[in-house]
Amino acid sequence: MALSGLVLVLFVMGHMLGNLQIFLGPEVINAYAYKLHELLPASALWAVRLVLLGTIAVHIWAAVTLTLDNRKARPQGYLEDKVVQASYSSRTMRMSGIILLAFIIFHIAHFTVRAVPGMQYESESKESRILEKTEVPLVKDGEAVLKNGQEEMTFNVNDMMVAGFKVWWVSAFYIIATGLLCMHLTHGFSSMFQSVGLRNGLWRRRLDRAALAYGWVVFIGFAIIPIAVMAGLLKQDPTGGLVSQVGETAAITESLEK
Amino acid sequence: MEKTMDLTLKVWRQKSANSTGTFETYGVKDVSEGSSFLEMLDTLSEDLVEKGKEPVAFDHDCREGICGSCSMTINGIPHGPEKATTACQLHMRHFHDGQTITIEPWRAKPFPVIKDLVVDRSPFDRIIQSGGFITSRAGSAVDANAIPISKATADYAMDAAACIGCGACVAACPNASAMLFTGAKVSHMNSLPQGKAEKDRRTLAMVATMDGEGFGGCTNVGECEAACPKSISLDMIAHLNRDYATAQIKNFFKPVA
Repeated sequence: MALSGLVLVLFVMGHMLGNLQIFLGPEVINAYAYKLHELLPASALWAVRLVLLGTIAVHIWAAVTLTLDNRKARPQGYLEDKVVQASYSSRTMRMSGIILLAFIIFHIAHFTVRAVPGMQYESESKESRILEKTEVPLVKDGEAVLKNGQEEMTFNVNDMMVAGFKVWWVSAFYIIATGLLCMHLTHGFSSMFQSVGLRNGLWRRRLDRAALAYGWVVFIGFAIIPIAVMAGLLKQDPTGGLVSQVGETAAITESLEK
Repeated sequence: MEKTMDLTLKVWRQKSANSTGTFETYGVKDVSEGSSFLEMLDTLSEDLVEKGKEPVAFDHDCREGICGSCSMTINGIPHGPEKATTACQLHMRHFHDGQTITIEPWRAKPFPVIKDLVVDRSPFDRIIQSGGFITSRAGSAVDANAIPISKATADYAMDAAACIGCGACVAACPNASAMLFTGAKVSHMNSLPQGKAEKDRRTLAMVATMDGEGFGGCTNVGECEAACPKSISLDMIAHLNRDYATAQIKNFFKPVA
């Protein structure tokens, strides 16, 4: 639990920091996606994906076997069962974990496979297509990057995220799920140190506080994006951030269409 | 004049290990607030005997909080609501007139009920047998100061050795895990020079026995520490985890014969 948890704890922080680049402009988040996909060979990307999925599988397997063992150890419960000091998060790890698993499946179907009905962002047919431009030029220092005289294209991550979070219930699900992730982490972050023996009375208090802070940072870092989209602070940009000024965007869109 | 109180008790009654038990409700009158919880149960048993009924069976011995015999879950908390207090040292002044008190045995698969509130705690004995000792030449006792031990180490080992093996940690744990008990025993012996020689073997053996007895796994929720009448700290579980991980790694890389 602890070792697979550590990998996932570090991953969520990296993922959150990556996501926050959307606030630096569409060209930055698009370039980030380009880097992730094109910088290393596809096999490396798949290796990372498989390691992460494998880690989740190990985490779930450990949780299931632990739960089954623990159920067996207490076949008859108490008529009255009081909790003295166990935190709410620590007692609801299974529930938060199960909901998070459902979220991860939806999240991958939504933004990675892009197969959620009605949200196929790169659909061929015009009617079901949500994004105006799925491929946008890769932008560096305000200009399109040229490769062999051609504009290097990249997937329009900015617009996909904005369009995705414009659906209110999708945003709500993401915010609730990241809230549960915050709870899961407030126990898990500190608990993993205990499981490998790297904790004592003094460090337990420090790590519990660090876990609470880590959980909240992750929650705010993730949830702020759907909130910003719903509040209208983040907008679609079919130019891929080639020109940031709103007035000129329309003109560029026109010229691109020609 | 000392205050007295009338109470309603919901007590788990079970004839034998094989029979199914139920909760029986009894009234006890004029309980002195200065009496201990076990004395209150003695009053109940006297009433029951007078009426020709079977008295409530419960484990008890020293009645001064050091033997670890008494073992009952009182209103959902092992040893009752007072922190760092065994059931025998719990006084009735912590309850109020007219209160209903639920009394249950420890609930855990490895601790089957023998009768009423008495459970079989021999799995703890088997955990001790598998490693809770040091191997040394028997004979006359060694001088107490023959092996110098620092004050900090002695204090730490003493805190761990305070465990009376009552089983409240198992009873309080939502997973019926025995990590606090085993952790206390391992921390006690592994931190002293006499016990260090067999540290790895002891840790692996005691954990293997603990798992084999059918106790649940630790999920670090900390209910054991809160219920422990001797305030054994979760640090002892961290210590056990640390020594266990080290022993496993050493075991893995040990030279092959």
